[in-house]
Amino acid sequence: MFNIENILLAIESLRANKMRALLTMLGIIIGVASVIGIISVGNSLTSSLSTQLQSIGTNNIMVTVRQKDDQYAKAPGAMEDNRSLMTAMNGGGANGATDKDLISMEMLQNFETDFKDSVSAISLSEAAGSGQVKDGRLYANVSASGVNPGYMTVNNLDLLQGRFINDRDMAGSKSVCVVSDKLVNNIFKGGVDPIGQEVKYYEAGTIKTYTIVGVYKYSDTSMFSNASSSSEKDTQTALYIPITLEKQNSDKQNFPAVTVMSKTGIDTEKLTSDIDRYFSKYYVRNAKWEAAVINMSTQLATATSMLSTVSMAVAVIAAISLLVGGIGVMNIMLVSVTERTREIGTRKALGAKNYHIRMQFVTEAVFISLAGGLIGLVIGLLLGFVGSSLLGTAPSFSIPVILLTILFSMGIGVFFGYYPANKAAKLDPIEALRYE
Amino acid sequence: MITVRNLEKRYFIGTPNEIKVLDDINLKIEDGEFVALVGASGSGKSTFMNIIGALDKPTSGEYTLDGELVHKMTQNELSDVRGKKIGFVFQSFNLIGRSNSLKNVELPMLYGGIPAHERKRRAKELLELVGMGERMHHLPNQLSGGQKQRVAIARSLVNNPSIILADEPTGALDSVTGNMVMDIFLKVNKEQNKTILLVTHSMELAQMTQRIITIKDGRIISDTGTRRDSGKNIKIDYGNGLEGEMTCSI
Repeated sequence: MFNIENILLAIESLRANKMRALLTMLGIIIGVASVIGIISVGNSLTSSLSTQLQSIGTNNIMVTVRQKDDQYAKAPGAMEDNRSLMTAMNGGGANGATDKDLISMEMLQNFETDFKDSVSAISLSEAAGSGQVKDGRLYANVSASGVNPGYMTVNNLDLLQGRFINDRDMAGSKSVCVVSDKLVNNIFKGGVDPIGQEVKYYEAGTIKTYTIVGVYKYSDTSMFSNASSSSEKDTQTALYIPITLEKQNSDKQNFPAVTVMSKTGIDTEKLTSDIDRYFSKYYVRNAKWEAAVINMSTQLATATSMLSTVSMAVAVIAAISLLVGGIGVMNIMLVSVTERTREIGTRKALGAKNYHIRMQFVTEAVFISLAGGLIGLVIGLLLGFVGSSLLGTAPSFSIPVILLTILFSMGIGVFFGYYPANKAAKLDPIEALRYE
Repeated sequence: MITVRNLEKRYFIGTPNEIKVLDDINLKIEDGEFVALVGASGSGKSTFMNIIGALDKPTSGEYTLDGELVHKMTQNELSDVRGKKIGFVFQSFNLIGRSNSLKNVELPMLYGGIPAHERKRRAKELLELVGMGERMHHLPNQLSGGQKQRVAIARSLVNNPSIILADEPTGALDSVTGNMVMDIFLKVNKEQNKTILLVTHSMELAQMTQRIITIKDGRIISDTGTRRDSGKNIKIDYGNGLEGEMTCSI
C-alpha cells in the first residue's frame, strides 16, 4: 500500500516545507505525548497503589479509631471510602484520642472469642520511633515497631531464621527483637549466627538492648520509598519488639488501629460489616470518636478504579488534542493539494493514474502523522518517566498502548488525508495543467 | 501513427447553446513526421492537442493511436496511453520543483512501473542526449529556461513514446534558446525517427518543420503535407469538406 516511491515522494515534499511539516506534526506530537504521558503516569500510580494495598493484604480488614467530624459529613461512595483509606494508611487518625477512646485489649479479647471461626489473626502494631542499631563502626538504620504475634501472619512476613515475637514475649514484655536480613548483613560480619545475639538500639540519646530471636526477609513495598535517595546500605528496615514492651514507655495502653485477617473462604464483605457492628457498639455513646472498619480488597478496587477512571478521563481530553492535530493535517493537506494543482496535472499528463495521486497524498499525510506520533511517543514516554519519578512510583509503560498510539496516529493520517488526497486524484488534468 | 476521423468536440453551456470547438477533423500523421499545428488562440488547437494527448475525449469521431482506439478508452487506459505513448513538452516546462533533473526525468517511468535502476540508467542517458548530463542533480530553480526545457524534453522521451506533443515549447524562451530547443526537436525527429507534433503560433518556427497544419474555428483549413513527399502528388484535406490534389513543391 505505501510503496517506497511514495514514501520518498512524501519525504521530498516535507523537506521542501520543513517548517510547515513540523507545525503540522506539532498537533499530533502534543496529542500523542499527552495521551502517552498521562496513561503512563496513571498506570504507574495504579500499579504502585495496588502493590501497596496488596502488601497490606486483600483479606485484611482494618479497624481504626477516627474522629466523628461534621466536616466529614457522610459523603457518598468513594469519598468516604477514600477517607477511611487515608486514615488506614496513616495508621489510624487517632491523634488526640484518650485511652478510653481507643481499642482496648479487653475489646480485642472478646472480639477474638466472638470471631474465632472467621478470623485467623489479629495484628497490632505501634511505631516505636526510629534510630540506629550500632556495633562499633557498623550500623543499620531501623524503625522500631511494637507488634503482637499475629502481626507476622497478617503482614505476610517471610521468616528466614528463628521465630517471631510469641505470646510469652508478650506476657513477659521481654527485650527481644526480630530484625531484617539487611540489618544482619550490616551488623554481623563473617557468618555469625544472629539468633541469640544482643543488639544495641540507639534512639535520641537512649540505648536499648534487645536479643535477636528471629530474622525476616526485607521487601520493599512502600509506595513512596525514595530508594534512589538513600544508598542500599542505609535503607531503613523495621525492627520488631513485643508491643507490650513498647507500651511500657507509652502513655496510652490501648490501640488506635487493629488489622484483622479473615480465614480463607470467608466472605470479607460480610465479615467487614459484622466487625463494624461489633466495634460500633463500643462507640455508640462516644461523642467524639468512632470505629471505622474497612477491608482492603474493596479499598483496592475502589482506589484503582477511581485512579483509572481519572486517568482515562484525562486521556480522553488529551485525545481531543489528537483530533485537533488530525484536523491540522487535513487542513495542510488541502492547502498542499491546491498549491500543487499544476504538479498534479503534470503527473497525470506523465501517466499517473488517480490512485497514484491518491496514494501519494495519503502517504504524505500518514507520514506526517506517523512521524508526529513517534516523536510524541518518545516525548510522552519521557513525560511518563519524569512524572512517575516525581511521584516516586516506578514508571509503567504499556506496550499495547504504545502500539495502539502508533496505529492510531497512522489512522489519523489515513482518515484526515484521504479527503484531500481524493480531491487531488479527481482533478481534471486539463484544468490542473491550466491552473495558475 | 495517428488517425483522426470525423472528430468533434462540443461543449454544452446550457441548452440550446452548444459550442462546437472542433468540427469534423480528419487527419493522418505517419510515424516520424514533424508536424506543426498552427492557429490563432481560440481556434481549437489546444482542444485538439488535449485530445491527441489523451487528456480529453472527443464528443464524437475516432482517434486511433498506433491502432488503439483512444476515443473509447477509460480514464485509467488514457493514463496508460499518456504515460507510455505520449511525451509532453509544455510551454512552462512543468518540472516538479522539489525534484532534481534526474528525478523529473524518471517520473514517467515511475508511473510506468519500471524498476529503479533501469529508470536511473535511462534518465541519465536521455539527459546526456539533450546536453544536460552535467546538471542531473540540479533542482529546476537552479536551471535556466532553456535548460529546464531540455530536461522536459528528456522527460518526454524517456518512455520511448510514439509521439511528442510540444505545446509552445519555445514560448517562454528567447529566440536563441528557442532555436536551441528546436534543434533538439529536429535532432530527435531525425535521429530517433520520433513523431513530433508542435503546437505554435509562430510561422517562423512552423517553417522549420516538415508539415504545417492550420486550424481555424475548429476546422483544419490547410495542410501542407509532408515535405518528404516533395515532387509527389499528395492529397490535401482542407478540413472544410474540400479536398484537392496538388503537386508538392516545397
